[in-house]
Amino acid sequence: MDEIQKKLTAPSKASREDVTGRIISYTCIAAIIILVISILYFITSRGIATFTTNHVSLWQFLSGKEWNPGTLNAKGQPQVGALPMIVTSFSVTILAALVATPFAIAVALFMTDIAPKNGAKFLQPVIELLVGIPSVVYGFIGLTVVVPFIRHLFGGTGSGILAGTIVLFVMVLPTITSLSVDALRAVPTYFRSASLALGATRFQTIYKVLLRAAMPRLLTAVIFGMARAFGEALAVQMVIGNAVLMPRNLVTPTSTLTSQLTTNIGNTIMGTLPNNALWSLALILLLMSLVFNLLIRCIGKRGEIKS
Amino acid sequence: MTAILKTRDVHLSYAKQETLHGVNLDFDDHSITALIGPSGCGKSTFLRCLNRMNDLIPKTTVTGSFQFHGKDIYAPTTNLVELRKQIGMVFQQPNPFPFSVYENVTYGLKLAGHTNRHYLDEQVERALKQAAVWDETKDALNKNAMSFSGGQQQRICIARLLAVQPDIILLDEPTSALDPISSAQIETTLLALKKTYCIIIVTHNLQQASRIADRTAFMLNGNLIEDDLTSKMFTKPANQATSDYLNGKFG
Repeated sequence: MDEIQKKLTAPSKASREDVTGRIISYTCIAAIIILVISILYFITSRGIATFTTNHVSLWQFLSGKEWNPGTLNAKGQPQVGALPMIVTSFSVTILAALVATPFAIAVALFMTDIAPKNGAKFLQPVIELLVGIPSVVYGFIGLTVVVPFIRHLFGGTGSGILAGTIVLFVMVLPTITSLSVDALRAVPTYFRSASLALGATRFQTIYKVLLRAAMPRLLTAVIFGMARAFGEALAVQMVIGNAVLMPRNLVTPTSTLTSQLTTNIGNTIMGTLPNNALWSLALILLLMSLVFNLLIRCIGKRGEIKS
Repeated sequence: MTAILKTRDVHLSYAKQETLHGVNLDFDDHSITALIGPSGCGKSTFLRCLNRMNDLIPKTTVTGSFQFHGKDIYAPTTNLVELRKQIGMVFQQPNPFPFSVYENVTYGLKLAGHTNRHYLDEQVERALKQAAVWDETKDALNKNAMSFSGGQQQRICIARLLAVQPDIILLDEPTSALDPISSAQIETTLLALKKTYCIIIVTHNLQQASRIADRTAFMLNGNLIEDDLTSKMFTKPANQATSDYLNGKFG
C-alpha cells in the first residue's frame, strides 16, 4: 500500500517534463513581451522628444508643409512639418489598395469558385512567388521600368505617387489575394448549394451570397494589404522621388513617412532635432499600424459567421 | 394520381465506380414519397440527381431518363436555372444565408427579377405562413436568419424555397440535425404542403416515413428494392430485405 502511495505522490519523469515545458514556454513569452514593450517604449520616448525637448507643437508637426529639420524658419521655429509625408503615405496606400482589391478578389474567386482545381494549382505558386520577391527587386523594376514609362507619358521626373502606387499594387496583390482566398473558402459550401438550388447562376451566387457573406473578412484582407503598403519603405523609396514636398498631382516627386526614414536615419545625429523628428515619423507609423490592427479586430469581430 | 416525375433506368457513376445501378421510380403530384435505406445506399445521391445538384460534383456521370412533365431533365437544352426553380431542394443542415429573414425568403424571387416591394411582402408572408414559421418571424423579418433555432432555420429554408413556387420539393434528411419537437413541426408543415406540392423526402427515420409518406421506396446498395404504398410496405413488405430492414435486422 505504501509503495503505491509513494508512486502516486512522487514526481514522475512525465510530470517533470510537463513542468520544464511550461517554464520554457513562459520564459519565451516573457522575453517577447519585454521585447515588444521595449520597442514601444523606445519609439515613443524618442518620438515625443521632438515635442518635449525641442518644443515643437504637435499641431505644427502634423499640419506644417515645410520639412527641413536642420534649419529654422523666419519665426525662429524649426521646420518640421510632416504633412506632405503623411498625405503621400495615405495616398499611395489607399490608391494601391483601391487598384489591387478588384484584381485580388477576381483572382481569389477564380481560385476558390470558378476553377478550384486548376486555378488554385497554377495561381497558388504564382502568388507565393510574388510574396517571396524581395522589395528591393520591386523597387528596382519600378525604377527602371515604371518611372521612365511615367516620365515618357506625363513628363517630369516620373517619380511620385503614381509610380509608388503601381509598385505597391504588385506588392500588396498577393497579400490581399491570399487572404481573400481564405475569406472565400471560409464561406460554407452549403450557402453555395442553397443558392444554386434556388435557381441562381454561379455569377449570381458569387455576388449575391458569396461576396456578401465573406465581406467582413474581405475587408480585413484589404486592410492587411493597406498595412503592408503603408509600412513598405525600400521599394517606395526608390520610385517616390524623395523630395519632401506637398504632392501637387500623382507625378510630382514627394516622400512617404517610410522613405524619409530610410533615406535620412543614417545621416542624423542621435539626440538632435533632425533625429528626433525622424523618430516622431516612426511614432506616427507605429500608431497607424495600431489603428490598422484595431480596424481588423473590429471588423473581424462583427463579421464572424455564426453557425 | 398522376406521376409528375418519372425516372427510368437511372445509373450514376462517380470516378468510374457505379453507385446507382438502374433505378426506376415515379413520383405523384400532391403526395409525399419517402426514400429509405441504410447509409450509403444511394438515396441522397438519387435525390440529388432529380434537380441535377450532382452536376456540381466533378467526375460524376448520370444516365437514364428523367421525365418531368414529359420533358427530359438531362436534355442538353434544359435550362438548369429554370429547372432548379421548379424542383427545389432543402438540405440536411439548415442553411439560411447569413442575411435577414426577409432577404432569405425573397432571394429566389429577386433572382427571378421581382422587385415590386408590395408583391415581395405578400410572397414573404405567404411562404412563411405555408412553412409554418410566420408567427415566430413576423416581428423579426429584419433579424439575421442565423439567429433563429435550428428548427426555425430549417422552416425558413423551406419558406425560401416555397417563395419561388416550385412544383417539386426535394428534402434531404431535413430533420436529422433537429430535435424531436422541431422535427415534429417540420413533419406537420410537410403534411400541410402535400396538398399543393409533390414532396420527395430522404429519411433515416423509419417512423417518420411511416407517419408522413404516402409511398415509400426502399433502396439498398444502389438498387431500388421495393416501392409501394407506405401502409402496405410497412405491414406486408414484398421483399425479404425490406422486411429485415424495417424490422431492424440491419441498418
